[in-house]
Amino acid sequence: MVKNELKVEKLNLWFGEKQILKDVTFSIPDKKITAIIGPSGCGKTTLLRCFNRMNDMTDNVKIKGKIILDGCNIYEEKTNLSSLRMKVGMVFQRPNPFPKSIFENVAFGLRVKGFKDKTRLTEIVEKSLKDAWLWNEVKDRLNSSAMELSGGQQQRLCIARALATNPEVILFDEPTSALDPQATAKIEELSVELKNSVTVVQVTHNIGQAARISDYTAFLYLGELVEFGISEKLFTVPQDKRTEEYLGGKFG
Amino acid sequence: MGLRKLKEILGINLLRLTIFISILFLFLFIILIFAKGAKMLSFSFLTQPPKSGMTKGGIFPAIIGTLYLTIFSVLFAFPIGVLSSIYLVEYAKKNFLVTIIRTAIGTLAGVPSIIFGLFGLAIFVITFGFGVSILSGSLTLGIMILPVIIKASEEAIKAVPDSFREASYALGATKRQTIIKVVIPTAIPSILTGAIMSIGRAAGETAPILFTAATFYTRKLPTSIFDEVMALPYHIYALMTEGTAPEYQVPIAYGTSVVLLGLVLVISSVSIIIRFRMRRKKKW
Repeated sequence: MVKNELKVEKLNLWFGEKQILKDVTFSIPDKKITAIIGPSGCGKTTLLRCFNRMNDMTDNVKIKGKIILDGCNIYEEKTNLSSLRMKVGMVFQRPNPFPKSIFENVAFGLRVKGFKDKTRLTEIVEKSLKDAWLWNEVKDRLNSSAMELSGGQQQRLCIARALATNPEVILFDEPTSALDPQATAKIEELSVELKNSVTVVQVTHNIGQAARISDYTAFLYLGELVEFGISEKLFTVPQDKRTEEYLGGKFG
Repeated sequence: MGLRKLKEILGINLLRLTIFISILFLFLFIILIFAKGAKMLSFSFLTQPPKSGMTKGGIFPAIIGTLYLTIFSVLFAFPIGVLSSIYLVEYAKKNFLVTIIRTAIGTLAGVPSIIFGLFGLAIFVITFGFGVSILSGSLTLGIMILPVIIKASEEAIKAVPDSFREASYALGATKRQTIIKVVIPTAIPSILTGAIMSIGRAAGETAPILFTAATFYTRKLPTSIFDEVMALPYHIYALMTEGTAPEYQVPIAYGTSVVLLGLVLVISSVSIIIRFRMRRKKKW
């Protein structure tokens, strides 16, 4: 029996009049990689951004349904957004480090929480950078600007930045779409390593990538969750005709 | 084929001609001002008050006056301008009221400077009772440069990529923290550029201080912000229009012009150096 980290219950989302997500219901298993795949515009990024309530900032958004994390519905009014986003980290499509030093980038999440203990902060930054496989490349220049790093390094810095708040879940929004194949391979390996300590939810355009690294896959089509299951099964014997057609490259 | 080539050559040379004309006037301008004014420059010209009915002596009180007026007007307008632009970009919704505010700021930028002078006279000098003083003049100049600072800061804040804001929110930062820790530090070099432009304007304008701060002649230096002062642009104006001995006074006016240009250049250079340092530190 797998333990579930996040439960999505009857999630509906509208941007203005347009319904983007329709009755999405599934559970994301703990300490596994769950991939969300589907054609462009199917709502996969929108779904991902529901997990840390990043859609809240968009104008005219309406959300119905529940997402349960640690037994609580994150869409309840009493939810503290800051704490939620520390528990649920996010890495974006394009590397977006702040124009600050490498150290300050990683320390950012803790600093906004008012974390003052200098020694502990240094330790956490070091550990996060090690966990993101970046430490050896930057340990001698923690005070130089993050903008000097290569794209792949910047993306690993963003992962370190997300890890620093010790999250339970990390959301990856097509994290390799702006990277070259080598950097992509490294991030893929890293996500596999990360699932030892955190739950990974990854949106990807790249079916090959989903098949390579994910344990579970959700196929989203026109805002509906068409199929969800163990990746191996979904990719070899899809249950739904639409999944089969999508994987076979009939549309996309 | 030959015709197209010809058109191409004609076109590019037309562009070259226009840029040449712009630069020509700039050079003529600098040469003229310096040729007529540079010979006036001396240590005593910069450090002495005017003497003998402003036909001799220096322009020290005017330099000090302009420095005060410029510094105080920027001190007044910079915080208000930057905070307004933060509100406009980060908080204001797109509604009727905000459209009116934006239009008002745009209009303010186009108001002739003499109107600001009259406004300053009515409000600060008379209604508030500040008199003809550094305070009245600085506030008037400050209101005049406010739209410049707001516009420049708005552009600077808008230019901060949304991906930075998203990253900050995703790490648990609040809107306020995002603005203070991410948006402003990223935008500050460009915001300072706006401030630099406005410094040049504040130092050089005559009309806004005409009725609010400037005096034709005073030997003493201001001791409080309620004192009236001499100012470089007004000094030039006064020498050229009210002088009784043009053969002595016109050269002094040109000398004053060189000093005014130099002063603006120095203030700008200092700001540019600060900005450059910040940028280098940020590597952004």
